[in-house]
Amino acid sequence: MADAHAHHGPDYLEHHFETPLQQFDAAKLGMWIFLAQEILFFSGLFVAYFIFRSWYPEAFSVGSHLLDWKMGAINTVVLLFSSFTAAMAVRSSQLGETKKTTAFLAVTVVCALGFMVVKYFEYTHKIHVGLLPGSLFNPQGEGVEELRAAVEAAYASGPFEGTYPYHLRSFFGIYFVMTGLHGLHVLIGIGVILWMIVRNQKGAFTKDYNTPVDMTALYWHLVDLIWIYLFPLLYLID
Amino acid sequence: MAVEAGTAAPAAVENDESNYLTAKSGLKSWALTVDHKRIGVMYLVSVIVAMFLGGIMALLVRAELMFAGETLMEADTYNQLFTLHGAIMVFLFIIPSIPAALGNFFLPIMLGAKDVAFPKLNLGSFYIYVIGTVFTLIAIVAGRIDTGWTFYTPYSSRADNAVIWMTLGVFILGFSSILTGLNFIATTHKMRAPGLSWTRLPLFVWGIYATSVIQVLATPVLAITLLLLIMEKTLTIGIFDPALGGDPVLFQHFFWFYSHPAVYIMILPGMAVINEVIATFSRRKIFGYMFVAMSSVALALLGFLVWGHHMFTSGMSEYSTMIFSALTFLVAIPSGVKVFNWVATLYQGSISFETPMLYAIGFLILFTIGGLTGLFLGILSVDIHLHDTYFVVAHFHYVMVGGTVFGFLSGMHYWWPKMTGKLYNEGLARVAFGLIFLGFNITFLSQFIMGSQGMPRRYYDYLDQFQPLHMTSSGGAFVLGFGFLVLAVVFIQSMISGAKAPANPWGSAGFEWMTTTPPHAHNFETTPVITRGPYDYHLASEEELFDGFPEDRAAQGAKA
Repeated sequence: MADAHAHHGPDYLEHHFETPLQQFDAAKLGMWIFLAQEILFFSGLFVAYFIFRSWYPEAFSVGSHLLDWKMGAINTVVLLFSSFTAAMAVRSSQLGETKKTTAFLAVTVVCALGFMVVKYFEYTHKIHVGLLPGSLFNPQGEGVEELRAAVEAAYASGPFEGTYPYHLRSFFGIYFVMTGLHGLHVLIGIGVILWMIVRNQKGAFTKDYNTPVDMTALYWHLVDLIWIYLFPLLYLID
Repeated sequence: MAVEAGTAAPAAVENDESNYLTAKSGLKSWALTVDHKRIGVMYLVSVIVAMFLGGIMALLVRAELMFAGETLMEADTYNQLFTLHGAIMVFLFIIPSIPAALGNFFLPIMLGAKDVAFPKLNLGSFYIYVIGTVFTLIAIVAGRIDTGWTFYTPYSSRADNAVIWMTLGVFILGFSSILTGLNFIATTHKMRAPGLSWTRLPLFVWGIYATSVIQVLATPVLAITLLLLIMEKTLTIGIFDPALGGDPVLFQHFFWFYSHPAVYIMILPGMAVINEVIATFSRRKIFGYMFVAMSSVALALLGFLVWGHHMFTSGMSEYSTMIFSALTFLVAIPSGVKVFNWVATLYQGSISFETPMLYAIGFLILFTIGGLTGLFLGILSVDIHLHDTYFVVAHFHYVMVGGTVFGFLSGMHYWWPKMTGKLYNEGLARVAFGLIFLGFNITFLSQFIMGSQGMPRRYYDYLDQFQPLHMTSSGGAFVLGFGFLVLAVVFIQSMISGAKAPANPWGSAGFEWMTTTPPHAHNFETTPVITRGPYDYHLASEEELFDGFPEDRAAQGAKA
């Protein structure tokens, strides 16, 4: 490059890069590093999960039965499908099909919102019946009935006599923190995807330049991936 | 000819971008800049302010400890002061000091790049740092922070709620650190100038690169730990609180899983600077270049495996303690590789003792003492005696101050002419070095002795037998403080009336000296092509090593 000030390439090429490929490679590497730190962010929670599960296996077993696996399963399917539409959005933006890109991104957002709606019902129910973390744990009303069923399901025999594992509160501590932080990532994802839709509609992305859509989809796959682990670890243990 | 650009920029050229300091003016041109050099300067100012605050607190702590019993303040105030001293020095000063300030300024220049890979993200990192700092300051006003900088549970989860502000501040600061690391890794991989292979990379870049890897991989664990602590305090989720079935020792594991690697976030950049300074002032290629580069990477990786050595007395299984102890000794290998290679570089070098070199020599001595005393602490039986005594305090100050701060000061003096375009008063700078070196050793050698005799750290009061040593240590601290005052005079005087600096005042073969002083807004007039390594004095042309002004060149003739 001869002159630092001269325009040296297409509009989307930032001044400090030499070529569009260099710009794309840098963005991709940066994004993967970001995803690595996301995984380490969640890793602390996974470590805490395994420690408390090994300490209080009976509480985790009962706790798992207190979660509605059907809702969790619906959310898993919804999120997996949204990952597929996110990937399709990347494909269509690479082909320069702007309208299709918007459509796929919109479906992704709808799925993400659906996920949050299901999560909302799950959370409000848990709060309503007092199945809460730590010192807030105070089952009442239907919660007691659910607890009875969960204890019986977990132990397969023996009647419920009004006792439950004390450390159920630890299970709900872990449950709310893990799904809460995951939910926060879903919300952030919704915001970013909406922003991508706006930019796409304004014609910011072409066959040659669609890096932000690509990066957004990468992020969305990570959100999906974390849920893939959360679902069995929380909902499906015995 | 290694770098074809900017070696002799004609003074007459009217180019408003030829100097990054004057390319644009006004507050907004700084506040919204995406130029890595200006962002580096803003970090530099911020970390120096933080260091000043933390330093004042250290002096107050030392003043209180001059005599047994109450001297200046109540125990409560004292507890807050040593906590804030630690937290400010670690999170606001040392961690961002070399990477975010000097690294931001010089990493892209050394790579021959125009900027970091993500300039806007870089500015974002700076503002995240500012926001984190604001939260930390709110915490100081909001209430009592007396948990120690480590925020150990269960005390922190029951202590004053100002701890929430403080941990939130540190949480936010962590993201600044992560994003800076991310930026530097991508920059090092993707923005190198043509010809700049990994084996030609300046060792400063290798050091900052290894640091960045730790920043990206360790800091998120601190983030989640502090977030859990905040939730413990606000929602009582029962993860760290034993009354609710939680585990306070889990907090210690999480905390040190970050904070031990963080020790390498602090020391690796110090080592990184020392490479450049030792090579320049010995006029020699760094001995065993690849070993030094790889020892940085090895330290970054080993740093993740030794966190347990902070917890030998916290109730781990004896098998864990043995493994952690053995792994801790492994750290001595790459550290030793570095020190021996630096000494080997000096051997038969053409050494000169300008101020940056004095700090580098100081680093070699102090870091070696700090490193070797670390081995004492890694021995399980000895650690039972020394744990939580002044011996530990002295050990990590030898590494953090004797290592990182000396590295930082060495880099400040070394690159000052490049950053500001001004020279400083060499005589006064040497006086400052003498005071700092002397004051530091008086302060902390006495703490080694106290600690080995059983004086516990963080105590407000002590037995009469420790009086002389405490007095000596405090006296040393004031000499050290006075040294920093002289240093401030050196830099302020240079800014006001310092002589104009030539492009390469030290006659270094390093790439950052090949551009003009102060650097062009885009670092180089044209993208440089690299044809040799940064320490290849035998391949550098006389023009590249010329240490005067271009206009004097003809008069002085060829000069090596």
